Amino acid sequence: MKSRSEINARTSANLQEGAARARLVTATSSSPAGGRLRRALVLLFFIFLLAAAISLSVGYQTLDFSLLKHDATARAILFQLRLPRVVLAAIVGASLAMVGAALQALFRNPLAEPLTLGVSGGGALGAGLAIAFGLGARVGGVPLVFLAAFAGAGVSVAVVYRLARTGAVVLPGALLLAGVVINVIAASGVVLIQYLTDYTRALQILRWTIGSLDVVGFDLVWRMLIFLVPGWIVLFVVARDLHLLAVDEETAASLGVNVRSSERLVYIASSLIVGTTVAVGGTIGFVGLIVPHAVRLLFGEDVRVVLPCSFLLGATFLMLADAVARTATGMGELPVGVITALAGGPVFLWLLRRQQRYSAM
Amino acid sequence: MTRAADEILPATTEARSLLEARALHFAYPAAKNAADVVRGASLAIGRGCLAALIGANGSGKSSLVRLLAGILKPQSGEIFFDGVPLSAIDPRGRAKRIAYVPQTINSVFPFTALEVVLTGRSPYAGRFRFETAGDEEIARDALAAVDASHLAPRPVTELSGGERQMVALARALAQQPQCLLLDEPSSALDLKHRTALLRHLRRLRDEKAITALVVTHDLGLLDPAFDTVFAMRCGEVVAHGAPADVLQDKILADVYGDEHVRARRVFNRTFVWSEL
Repeated sequence: MKSRSEINARTSANLQEGAARARLVTATSSSPAGGRLRRALVLLFFIFLLAAAISLSVGYQTLDFSLLKHDATARAILFQLRLPRVVLAAIVGASLAMVGAALQALFRNPLAEPLTLGVSGGGALGAGLAIAFGLGARVGGVPLVFLAAFAGAGVSVAVVYRLARTGAVVLPGALLLAGVVINVIAASGVVLIQYLTDYTRALQILRWTIGSLDVVGFDLVWRMLIFLVPGWIVLFVVARDLHLLAVDEETAASLGVNVRSSERLVYIASSLIVGTTVAVGGTIGFVGLIVPHAVRLLFGEDVRVVLPCSFLLGATFLMLADAVARTATGMGELPVGVITALAGGPVFLWLLRRQQRYSAM
Repeated sequence: MTRAADEILPATTEARSLLEARALHFAYPAAKNAADVVRGASLAIGRGCLAALIGANGSGKSSLVRLLAGILKPQSGEIFFDGVPLSAIDPRGRAKRIAYVPQTINSVFPFTALEVVLTGRSPYAGRFRFETAGDEEIARDALAAVDASHLAPRPVTELSGGERQMVALARALAQQPQCLLLDEPSSALDLKHRTALLRHLRRLRDEKAITALVVTHDLGLLDPAFDTVFAMRCGEVVAHGAPADVLQDKILADVYGDEHVRARRVFNRTFVWSEL
């Protein structure tokens, strides 16, 4: 039992923090949402360009941009290696951040994101199975791996959601626990597959599970976009419904939102997007957690603002994280998932603590 | 006098019934709670009427209100708004006529009260349109109408139960509806806030002719605050009429399945209690 004075002390601390927050929110969201979105996108676009320039200029090979005109090697490094990689980082980061923002709104859970809900894990298992059955590794026949990862991600979203939903309520704790367990099962499945398949395929799976945005040329990027763009479009189209759902599900239904069909669209789009990114880059966690929360702190809670801003900031964030991954050790590169997890894990814990203070989960 | 449910049907020909339900049936797909269903409920609420919906826990009050609000779809029966079947009105058109007020706003995200109220404008804006300055003015007016203007910039996560209730009501008003449906709005409120809510509803009725149906357990606040009371038992509307007519020992004993309920009218009010 908590003593009354403890509760009182907590309450007053909450009130003070609340007042401080209220000021911050007033400062950022006193203007109408439309104008706020426009200003935010302009600001984020400049940051994006800056980040793109930085990540293009750093790398294992130092690039002298003045040599580009005459030096074919320098051109090859820039256009065949570095630019595709930066573009890949941008589209993966944008995708994961936007899916995170959408899942948080859909489940009304600030801790939801592809990794914590087991979507990445399911996608990884699907992709692992596809590789084991020889349905194509990195480049050849990539779409089949995409489809398998999409199916795996879709199944895990459905399972997690079924487990966490009781009547009209989605239990936030159950949602995350189910996600964690799905991840553990999926990871064990991937290990099992590695043991059962032959040596070369096991090695392929191992290289892929470590996760990297290593890419040569734009071929893979184009193929990914075939799967990603429809997912992006769906999420942008349902942004308004997600905003209404994030405020209150029943009210959203009374306002004319078809809750079930919006949910289904978000599942399918999220599975498609996460499956595709996992199939290429492995599990890259917490991008979908850090980025939407940073956007909310900066530009307010409106989901119609948070989704597009997360898209841009997610691209920026993963480009920079990948630049760090490429250069941090000075020798070989680190998996970018290591960087995002090291940055995002603590953010998750901080959010968890803050969340507990607002409502007992 | 009160009338039995089957006698309500002819009342449809009664002039000026704004919202009307005829023989609604509803069961939850995965029936966990067999009692919590609607079985042939009918009611008709007149335009500009402040109506209460009472009944024991699990009698189907909340489900009936959700059906009327379009959150749930009836398996059979029909709902009419101003004589037009609700199923013939598109959801956004419905939201411009009927607004639903949930028990409370449970958002985990610190939306400001103004942002929450602005969601009430969504039936009027296109999918890719943000609210206009005009919408914001309507939202601020809605907050002012429930004396909650000062809450506009505050995060709803940090409001008290009573303040959240006012924000929920303001959001419904921002829809500029003709009819409000409130699901146990006073369950988390103290006496002062309960009466304040009633005062707002009565003022909205008098000044803007807004019809309201309120699910409530506050039997002591029914008479004379409400115009009509509907009583539900086992998914059916079993009695309706003026508060003083419905609040009778025999009817209440039947509705609540409790022989000990007493209702007495003194000082032009009906007091309701249950003998120990």
